[in-house]
Amino acid sequence: MPELAFPVILVALAVAAAWPLSWWLERVYAGRTGVLGRVLGPAERGAYRLLRTDPGREHGWAAYARCVLLFSAACFLLLCLLQRLQAHLPLNPDGLGAVSPAPAFNTAASFVTNTNWQGYVPEQTMSQLIQMAGLSVQNFVSAAVGMAVAVALVRGIARSRSGTVGNFWADLVRGTLYVLVPICLAIAVVLVGRGAVMTFGGTETVTTLDGGTQHIARGPFAAQEAVKQLGTNGGGTFNANSAHPLSNPTALTNLLANWALLVVPFAFAFTYGRMVGRRREGVAILAAMLILLGAGLTTALVAEHHATPALAAAGYDGAPNMEGKEQRFTVDEAVTWSVTTTGTSTGAVNSMHDSYTATAGGVQMAMMLLGEVAPGGVGAGLYGMLLFVLVAVFVGGLMIGRTPELLGKRIGSREVRLALLGVLVMPVGFLLCVAVAAATGAGTAGPLNAGPHGFSEILYAFASAWNNNGSAFAGLSANTDFYDLMLGVAMLIGRFGVIVPVLALAGALAGQQRRPQGPGTMPSSSPVFVALLVGTVLLVGALSFFPALALGPFAEALTGRLY
Amino acid sequence: MSASMSLLTGAIVRGSVLGALRKLDPRQLVRTPVILCVEVVAALVTGQFAVDAARGGGDPAFTGQIVIWLWLTVLFANFAEALAEGRGKAQAEALRATRTTTMARRLRPGGGEDAVPAPDLRAGDVVVCEAGDLIPGDGEVAEGIASVDESAITGESAPVIRAAGGDRSGVTGGTRVLSDRIVVRITADPGHTFLDRMIGLVEGAVRQRTPNEIALSILLAGLTLVFVAVVGTLPPMADLAGTSLTLAVLASLFVALIPTTIGALLSAIGIAGMNRLVRRNVLATSGRAVEAAGDVSVLLLDKTGTITLGNRQAARFVPVAGVEARELAEAAQLASLADETPEGRSIVVLAKEAFGIRERELGDANARFVPFTAQTRMSGVDMNGRVLRKGAPDAIRHLVRDAGGTVPPDLDRQVEEVARDGATPIVVAADGRILGVVELRDILKEGIRERFAQLRAGGIRTVMITGDNPLTAAAIAAEAGVDDFLAEATPEAKLALIRAEQEKGQLVAMTGDGTNDAPALAQADVGVAMNAGTTAAKEAGNMVDLDSNPTKLIEVVEIGKQMLITRGALTTFSVANDVAKFFAIVPAMFVAAYPQLSDLDVLRLGSPQSAILSAVIFNALVIVLLVPLALRGVRVRTRSAAGLLRRNVLVYGLGGIIAPFAGIKLVDLVLSLLGYS
Repeated sequence: MPELAFPVILVALAVAAAWPLSWWLERVYAGRTGVLGRVLGPAERGAYRLLRTDPGREHGWAAYARCVLLFSAACFLLLCLLQRLQAHLPLNPDGLGAVSPAPAFNTAASFVTNTNWQGYVPEQTMSQLIQMAGLSVQNFVSAAVGMAVAVALVRGIARSRSGTVGNFWADLVRGTLYVLVPICLAIAVVLVGRGAVMTFGGTETVTTLDGGTQHIARGPFAAQEAVKQLGTNGGGTFNANSAHPLSNPTALTNLLANWALLVVPFAFAFTYGRMVGRRREGVAILAAMLILLGAGLTTALVAEHHATPALAAAGYDGAPNMEGKEQRFTVDEAVTWSVTTTGTSTGAVNSMHDSYTATAGGVQMAMMLLGEVAPGGVGAGLYGMLLFVLVAVFVGGLMIGRTPELLGKRIGSREVRLALLGVLVMPVGFLLCVAVAAATGAGTAGPLNAGPHGFSEILYAFASAWNNNGSAFAGLSANTDFYDLMLGVAMLIGRFGVIVPVLALAGALAGQQRRPQGPGTMPSSSPVFVALLVGTVLLVGALSFFPALALGPFAEALTGRLY
Repeated sequence: MSASMSLLTGAIVRGSVLGALRKLDPRQLVRTPVILCVEVVAALVTGQFAVDAARGGGDPAFTGQIVIWLWLTVLFANFAEALAEGRGKAQAEALRATRTTTMARRLRPGGGEDAVPAPDLRAGDVVVCEAGDLIPGDGEVAEGIASVDESAITGESAPVIRAAGGDRSGVTGGTRVLSDRIVVRITADPGHTFLDRMIGLVEGAVRQRTPNEIALSILLAGLTLVFVAVVGTLPPMADLAGTSLTLAVLASLFVALIPTTIGALLSAIGIAGMNRLVRRNVLATSGRAVEAAGDVSVLLLDKTGTITLGNRQAARFVPVAGVEARELAEAAQLASLADETPEGRSIVVLAKEAFGIRERELGDANARFVPFTAQTRMSGVDMNGRVLRKGAPDAIRHLVRDAGGTVPPDLDRQVEEVARDGATPIVVAADGRILGVVELRDILKEGIRERFAQLRAGGIRTVMITGDNPLTAAAIAAEAGVDDFLAEATPEAKLALIRAEQEKGQLVAMTGDGTNDAPALAQADVGVAMNAGTTAAKEAGNMVDLDSNPTKLIEVVEIGKQMLITRGALTTFSVANDVAKFFAIVPAMFVAAYPQLSDLDVLRLGSPQSAILSAVIFNALVIVLLVPLALRGVRVRTRSAAGLLRRNVLVYGLGGIIAPFAGIKLVDLVLSLLGYS
């Protein structure tokens, strides 16, 4: 299948880079920062002085969780304040006014949770100050929070009889300073070099060839582009996101940006294997992620390359489906981006997801609804997948006749309870939100389209919010008080409702003695286990969402017309 | 207990049907929340049916059938549990029949005796039993030695010897003294005897849920909660799509999705597992101990009785230089003639077989038998002026040197060779002259090597415990295929070994019988005490083997594993079944809104209503179909974890996805044959 060439190359490049990066990640979170540590050491130590923390003093899981919540709450308040006081703050060349309360709440929740759902038109709503000091900073630190939580969980698995899971502030600072900042810098330089916009100048007004007037938004955006991708954030500086020529100018920047959103989540799978001292474990996790991602990519590519009755009925007989896609990119580049951006909880787009065929649109939703584990967000993908690993280990462990163990750690009542909480908070919350939206006038007023496609627009929005993805089926008018509030709450619970059980789990596992492994213990890196893991992820997803998806993408695909 | 006891008699089945009805009481169903959910839903739909029937709305024919099958689902689940309990009760009845109501002869502290009914005996009472008496309660032999018929408890008809002071001092109430007279100190109050505990266990009265069972219940509760959300949020979504769903349809989807199969069979699996254990004459203090047995990673096994047959056998005569083998054999045979131990007999037999030396009578008045003592460490015979001795090498050496003789130079080499070979060297001397060595060899139990290989494949390490010297122990260990051994084992060394293994995170199981085993039994994660052993040992362990067969430990491990595997397999099967049920029910639910959704009905079921009904009927019937599996347990072969996982994922995971497609289609075909569409 020739259409798989681009995604295969992309994924191969990302996996190839993830391996050395995983080595670096392991060292960074162990505090062994080498040469880079000598250069950036003063900044790191300055941050610790500012935070009044001793990086060598570790936290128990509860203290770690308190720090995560405290830090995120502070960031949330800061973002709210910046938006409400925008008119009085500097670096506002276009003189934008205060952001109204509901969107301000929604945006603060969105960027603190690494979702980067944007209910607003960025270049017409946010000043350069907010873009840089508010949203860009969150792009770094909210990503670093997810990475820190993942590292804490892996420490819990790797350690034996330990009361602590790490120092949150140290993990936060190190992840930002030694991982995100250097790579983003490199990416941003390439982006600027290929023509992405990076200026403190404001909107430029030009006269077009046919004499019309065009306002071209500008700003120091290339730097934000880099972290938007690398930190699986997705919140763009342009409404058109990465379909905008000043954001994503060439095929090379497209490849780089797409690569950037995969590399850290992939690396975390390998890092897991390194940290627990068994690289095969990391490979198994990555294999499960790649199987799910590969299935999504294949399905979506096939769907977009083939003519559908729906498109034919609308008068478009050809294939591939180019509706809603940026003409500068190939259909393969657009589809690959759309599946990887939904699979990584990034949410940046270089094409309009609303215009995909029902099948490919369903794939995008599925990539999110599986819990953002294929491969998921930075850090978040790993800890999400590890929750599924625990569930799979529990069921599989019973089937080999032993008290289930993951790498020598027992999965008892407490661990099962916490893992289930982490896995199930999203499906339950998502379904409740969709039901409320479907039952209320404010909810049903949102979709622009009728029938199953309109319902898909609601499904997509809540799938995106609950899984901290941030991409949108643009057809939904989401900037209403109803959606701002519902989606904002969804993002917060979807993020911290998982993080807290994950950290509790880290604490429960860290306290246990690591038991020796042998031929009688369940292999958690064999192909059979990978199959069991993939099956668990798919089954939990299918069981939770089959009826809802039947009324959305399934119905749309089968009825064979446009809505 | 009789192994021939029928497991499924008509009476048990009839009793279970009644039990299933009794268990409809929600207060009882609280213990199985998944089934309680089904009952609540069934009650709601029944209410709806009544309202519809009264007002003439809805589709009472359809709703009525759903009502029937929802209630049947609850009843089938109750029936499974009642059946498991019923079998336990039948076992308990058989046990009760052996409970003694005899009169005991209680000794007064000051002398003399009272006749008291056995149930009135208290711990600390001292009773006397003579040949023909039933032992009135559990206790320990304080005085005397007797042969006892324990067949009432163990089913083993050969009498056993019980004696004061040693490691064979434990006696059980209900067994019969066959010979001699013993004084027994009662150690259990009425209601707390082994028999009582066994009855309680098999009846399920004292069944506590095991840690894994609790964790599994949490998983099932979590799944149920998700399906509450899935089904509960459907009406507004359906409304938006322009269709409405009846309560009966929603209830059908809910009941089909929640893990009713494993929810219904969960406690039956636990009860049946306990019963399997009791049927093998092992008494566990808790289900937790049985589950722990499945997790064991190190087995400490006594050499004697577990790895080797109880007694060593003479295997070879090794004469020193200048002595004929025949001469050695003859002297050894003579020295052993009066030795009635199995080892002594085996020397006599070997001499006869190897050299045709006839067994001679010691009718001679001149023959004087010299018995073995711990001090001399030798035995023999003085006859017709000849002095024949056999014994431990250094004991005979001393004897010869003291008598002014010399020790042949090649003796040390021969002794060491025999020892290194895993055998025990016995040196024979005649009239102050050393003739050579008799090799006494441990006879390995048949198939024990394969058994250990299986255990190793299953990740269980075996450690042989023996009093032998390290040289001999190493040789036997190699021959038997154990992974490690502890030679010259003392109680302290055993305890230290267990602690060291536990420190490394291993779970250790061991068997023991003597009082000096008690600390190690208590320290081990799974301690199986021999019923014949001392009370101290029995109280320290968490299981008692009524047959006093040390090999039983291996079976206990398998039963522990089987319980978990059955639970895991049926959970996987139950959840995997949901895929097919979705494909049957969901298209039927929404076909009114989007007729094209019937493309999702891959089974091409008769009609939307029969599709829903088929899924609900299949869901109920599969409980009944799986009852035998739950009671019998999934077949377990000790093999590697990876192999077990592969097989069970394939059979119960993949099979669980595929089987219901066929099952639902079959039910649908039957329904359409019956004219339902």
